[in-house]
Amino acid sequence: MSESLLDTAARPVTAARAGGLLRRHWAWLAALAIALALPWLLFDWTRARHSGFGVAMLSQMGMMIIFALSYNMQMGHAGLLSFGHAVFFGLGGYCTAHLLNTIKAGGFWLPVELVPLVGGLGGLAFAIVFGYVATKQRATAFAMITLGIGELVTSCALMFKSFFGGESGVSTNRVVGTSLFGLNYGPSIQVYYLIIAWTVIALALMRLLTETPLGRMANACRDNFERAQFVGYDPRMVRFFQFALSGFFAGIAGGLYALTYEIVTFDTVAGGMSANALLMTYIGGVGTFAGPVVGAILIVLLQSWVSLLSNSWLVYVGVLFILMVTFAPGGIAGLVLMHQPISRRGRMGRLAVPYARLVGPSLFVVVGFVLLIELCSFLTIGASQGKTFTLAGATIHPKSAVPWAIGALLLGGGGLWLWREGRRARSAWDAVMEEIKAAAARP
Amino acid sequence: MSESAIRLRDVHKRFGPTPIILGVSLDIARGQRHAIIGPNGAGKTTLFNLMSGRFPVSSGSIELNGRPIDGLAPHQINRLGLSRSFQITSIFSRMSVLENVRCGLLWSRGYHYSFWHLLGRERALNEAARRLLDDVNLESRRDVPAGLLSYAEQRALEIGITIAGGADTILLDEPTAGMSRTEANHAVELIRRVTAGKTLVMVEHDMSVVFDLADVVTVLVYGEVIASDAPAAIRANRAVQDAYLGTEAH
Amino acid sequence: MEVLLVSLLNGLVYGMLLFMLASGLTLIFSMMGVLNFAHASVYMLGAYFAYEVSRHVGFWPALVVAPVLCGAIGALIEMYGLRRVHKNGHIAELLFTFGLAFIIDKGVQMAWGLLPVAYRVPPVLDRPLFTIYGTNFHAYRGFMLLISALMFCAIWLMLTRTRLGLVIQAALTHPEMVGALGHNVPRVFTTVFAGGSALAGLAGVIGGNYLVTEPSMAFTMGPIVFVVVVFGGLGSLAGCFIASLIMGFVQTFAVVFDVSLANVLALVGITVTEASPFGEVLTIPLPRIGALLPYVMLVLILLFKPRGLLGTRDT
Repeated sequence: MSESLLDTAARPVTAARAGGLLRRHWAWLAALAIALALPWLLFDWTRARHSGFGVAMLSQMGMMIIFALSYNMQMGHAGLLSFGHAVFFGLGGYCTAHLLNTIKAGGFWLPVELVPLVGGLGGLAFAIVFGYVATKQRATAFAMITLGIGELVTSCALMFKSFFGGESGVSTNRVVGTSLFGLNYGPSIQVYYLIIAWTVIALALMRLLTETPLGRMANACRDNFERAQFVGYDPRMVRFFQFALSGFFAGIAGGLYALTYEIVTFDTVAGGMSANALLMTYIGGVGTFAGPVVGAILIVLLQSWVSLLSNSWLVYVGVLFILMVTFAPGGIAGLVLMHQPISRRGRMGRLAVPYARLVGPSLFVVVGFVLLIELCSFLTIGASQGKTFTLAGATIHPKSAVPWAIGALLLGGGGLWLWREGRRARSAWDAVMEEIKAAAARP
Repeated sequence: MSESAIRLRDVHKRFGPTPIILGVSLDIARGQRHAIIGPNGAGKTTLFNLMSGRFPVSSGSIELNGRPIDGLAPHQINRLGLSRSFQITSIFSRMSVLENVRCGLLWSRGYHYSFWHLLGRERALNEAARRLLDDVNLESRRDVPAGLLSYAEQRALEIGITIAGGADTILLDEPTAGMSRTEANHAVELIRRVTAGKTLVMVEHDMSVVFDLADVVTVLVYGEVIASDAPAAIRANRAVQDAYLGTEAH
Repeated sequence: MEVLLVSLLNGLVYGMLLFMLASGLTLIFSMMGVLNFAHASVYMLGAYFAYEVSRHVGFWPALVVAPVLCGAIGALIEMYGLRRVHKNGHIAELLFTFGLAFIIDKGVQMAWGLLPVAYRVPPVLDRPLFTIYGTNFHAYRGFMLLISALMFCAIWLMLTRTRLGLVIQAALTHPEMVGALGHNVPRVFTTVFAGGSALAGLAGVIGGNYLVTEPSMAFTMGPIVFVVVVFGGLGSLAGCFIASLIMGFVQTFAVVFDVSLANVLALVGITVTEASPFGEVLTIPLPRIGALLPYVMLVLILLFKPRGLLGTRDT
């Protein structure tokens, strides 16, 4: 706790700094530029086509960034742990799909660019209804209600055909011919740029929300709800409004999902998608605004790449999650921020060597672990699917003892080595922090 | 006869089978400086918690400015004009000092649950916050995260938050607890200044603070009021001396 | 009438199985404040361990070995996992058990595959016990009832007659006080966690062949057990027992009564068809929405009586 307060003490908390928009938000603007340019870097020049895989992955990232940020409105900013956030994502998606079908049939006119907004309104409406019930409670009881609501909606989505289309879901077509810019949104690259536009809008709005009375009081109720009561605020209403608005943004993400995939099924409201939100936000870091963005990008990367190579990518995500919960509750962003006071005082060099020494053993541990998991996986699931375990052209047989021994050795030996180097890095860290505190205490 | 700010009528409070407050009646006039003293475990903080709505009464009634408030939620009571500080400092430690008092100002200035005002741009609000910080001598620390302040500074900040909303009945629970003589004197000065014209009710153990600030002192022992009078009379009161003050009075 | 009696018996069997699972979870939740998401995963592990042991040795050894293994796993989780995370708060503990459930789920999939395994009832119990109104009451269900009843008695005796039991009872409602009185709270916690996990494992042993043993069993059973715990209330084993039975009866009877809201409305003269607004919701028969009912119960109890039926503390 003291470390994070120390670094914010070094930097004035108020935003009243000279420098203008450009200098303050250069990182975000750079990220935006990269996002705009990436499809062209992956462009297949020989066939004059965008990489389908690349654009699909980037589109997914955009949606998930909005989804994770909306989840963080509850988890990070209001201290609410929800296990049913996917409900608003999916319901927003269903609403959007129905809307698109209505537009196509001529019953309604709305430009495609504004269609995700309707998803957002759908998410908002359901968040108001469910939120009214859920926010009557806090903490664990709240988490349980959201779990219940999530399961309830998932069961309904499977059962009822009229709105949810039952098991086969609701199909739609985004080429409905209504557009403010004359695009038909057939090619996925056009959808991608629409997603970027909405990601920027949603991100900016959610960021601004943190500077509003509601946003600030959500933080206040999270940190000290009794004190919040005694400045005149009803913590229940603060929770309720924050919950409803977070449902709005989740619905926008759901609307973009419907546009991109042109089908919405029950898994968009199910526990797996809610767990996704939790994982992305937590691994990225709940304490910062950029954390969930980082988490969303990372998880989508893992999902897209690693799932191609391995059946067990969820195991890796799960292990990463548990490691974060145990050792780095601030997530990736938290780990980075921890170093801010050190880098400010130019002492990062002191940690360079101890950190470098961690690389070797970490690699051993990771390779060993992955090897063992993959061996397990190929022994049972892979075998039934008729796959063989190949690595760099060589076939590895899960039934022979050799690869197991190698994996165990790497994991065990690497683990011991990592533990030793970890202690050394820890004492280097402590030493640097001591110096900084001593320097700050001097007048 | 001016209307009383707070009136307790035969208030009882039980936690399970254990009675804590056994029939307390108090009448605190508007603008009065009222101190509640008594040995540990007498029920002083419980009385505060009853007045501020943290617990419901078991029986009896509590009125604020003539209006019954027992059974209301704390935030509702706060909006009716009663504000309090806590025995263990209760502030928003992750926010800056300025943001702390700014939060205290929000409701009374009508911002309510607004998600369309950008706080950085609200000039009148920010100026009022800085004036408040000036009043509690924390203007120079306005950007420091509240959790990093010294203990006495945090207590001062809490007083700032307490008066921010413009409540005219202020409850302070042991405001000088844990302070040195100098710090306590500063705190008393601060309290006297910022609560001028308001009704002040405080729980205190420091007798010099009590006799310095209070117009009326109520002595609470084992959940019952054994005396309620001007400080000098309390000091001379035999029963109070036996129960609490001791006979070696200065 | 026959249907009622048979369903009653079946509901009782299922309810007692739920109680075996929910009692461990309630004890852990009430004492340590941790909602153990991995509890149902340990139940699943119990079933799979029993499958392996009964494949190679026999069912009766499995009845002992699997719960012991699960208890050991529980102890390890508590000592090396939860205790470390405890300092980060209740939410972190919740997330830890959530991540654990995740990993155990995937681990089971990897170790035993995605399809259900052939964990069967032992042949000696695979016969009708008695016949009632023409329907057979299977011997294995009687066995399940017996084991659950024995377990219930054992827990009750332990809680009321032993010193550890008294400490646990006290810690159920006043955990901080128990620590302040000098009891070795960490050891009590580990014992309770291990005991709860062993109970879950036992539930898996006897439930795994009654129901299906497959990787998604934790995911399907888990939320129902949570509902039972919350419904029964914190700090009350009696409430947990009542809630388990209610849940058992609700889920069993729901399958039996082929009525829908439309039928009920027809009794008061309102006709509803599939075409009417909300027609689909009103005409769907009860057996089909059986999966929904636990969650409806959860939302209702948290709305109207958040402490649960007999709960003594807030969550």
